[in-house]
Amino acid sequence: MLSQLRSLWWVFLHTFRKRDTLQYPEEEVYLPPRTRGRIVLSRDPDGEERCVACNLCAVACPVDCISLAKAEDDQGRWYPDFFRINFSRCIYCGMCEEACPTYAIQLIPDFEMAEYDRANMVYEKDDLLIAGTGKYPDYNFYRVAGMAVGGKDKGEAENEDYPIDPKSLMP
Amino acid sequence: MLLKIAEILFIFGVLILGAAALTWVERRLLGLWQDRYGPNRAGPLGILQPVADMVKILTKEDWIPPFADRVLYVIAPAIIIIATFMVFAVIPLSPSLGVIELNIGLLFFLAMASLSVYSVVLAGWASNSKYALLGGVRAASQMISYEVFMALSLAGVIMMAGSFNLRTIVEAQQGLWFVVPQFFGFVAFFVAGLAESHRLPLDLPESEHELTAGFHTEYSGMKFGMFFLGEYVGVIVTSAMIVTLFMGGWHGPWLPPLVWFGLKMAFFVALFVLLRAAIPRPRYDQLMAFGWKLLLPLTLANAVITGGVLLAGS
Repeated sequence: MLSQLRSLWWVFLHTFRKRDTLQYPEEEVYLPPRTRGRIVLSRDPDGEERCVACNLCAVACPVDCISLAKAEDDQGRWYPDFFRINFSRCIYCGMCEEACPTYAIQLIPDFEMAEYDRANMVYEKDDLLIAGTGKYPDYNFYRVAGMAVGGKDKGEAENEDYPIDPKSLMP
Repeated sequence: MLLKIAEILFIFGVLILGAAALTWVERRLLGLWQDRYGPNRAGPLGILQPVADMVKILTKEDWIPPFADRVLYVIAPAIIIIATFMVFAVIPLSPSLGVIELNIGLLFFLAMASLSVYSVVLAGWASNSKYALLGGVRAASQMISYEVFMALSLAGVIMMAGSFNLRTIVEAQQGLWFVVPQFFGFVAFFVAGLAESHRLPLDLPESEHELTAGFHTEYSGMKFGMFFLGEYVGVIVTSAMIVTLFMGGWHGPWLPPLVWFGLKMAFFVALFVLLRAAIPRPRYDQLMAFGWKLLLPLTLANAVITGGVLLAGS
């Protein structure tokens, strides 16, 4: 009986406490930098698309919300012909970001993407591509990969030796 | 005659508006005590929330389950509204204000409180589903048990005032409020009032955690709204009865009588909400044991001692 009166008093003392609620639309919510929110496609430092259309993100996606098709430009670079994410299915798990070998696909701290029309939740490549490099400012896939593209031949990538000629007898 | 009708309409309107506002006040107070805000969007401080709720509940589909007993199902919510509103007719709000002055005002209140049991029991029965039936059964035994102590706890007040007339009872508290000499009666009446209006610590007929919603599980739309309204009017009526019987009614210094009555009533309404915020619901056997093993001897002893003291003093 006394403990009931005591808990009554304690609850009453909450009158003078600060309220924990964040008045969201007026007050901004703090999102940590690593928050998994809206998905973007980043560009490399040269301003080219990072995505090489390897389809690993689409494979990793547990809800199959990513679809894309490969294309190749005259430089020999691979890029996605279209890249489509259905955000009404996306569960923001970040598997695509983990799977991506070129750091192209990234999840950023933004969740305010509500729509009245479900069809508007499907983002095309134009909606996904951003101008900058995102979380990895210096990384450029074609500068470290061994693949030959226009302006960079075999062996010219960073930390890459020129290919050896197995038929040559010279040391 | 016209003046009387205006008075009745005024009290009726204040009661309905008060009950509607209470839905907002309660949620705001609960929010305050749980370190959050509660509804604060509709209008300044969210004051228009009851309007929004009203629009929502009135435009909802009014559905009667096909397995229900239609007649009783419709009558049940009406009974609680009628019974709780009728109680307010005998409560004197100020020296001049009050719908009717009955010589048996207190008995009328007890009778109406008993009638409101029919509402929950019939609702539970007519719904024809097991949760509702269990809620109705609980309501029946809880309310009938606590009615006993409710009446007994008032025996002391009746003896001290020498009347069943609520106006006479208030006037008898001119010098000393009955809460002082009748403290145990006050506590017992408070608990019994809580059980009668089945408010949260003692809301076993509803208990949403085990019975989904108890007796009004099957109700929707405005019929559910009427149960809701009845509950809030019940809170106001119980507070008003506590104020009338124990806290000196409209008596108080400086302020006009009606304001004093309102302030005291608001205090008890807030206390009801605080109880809801703080105290968990007891188990059903605990509720029954508390009533019969603690409150019954306490109220009986209170009545006997009060009678003895009065007899010795006369």
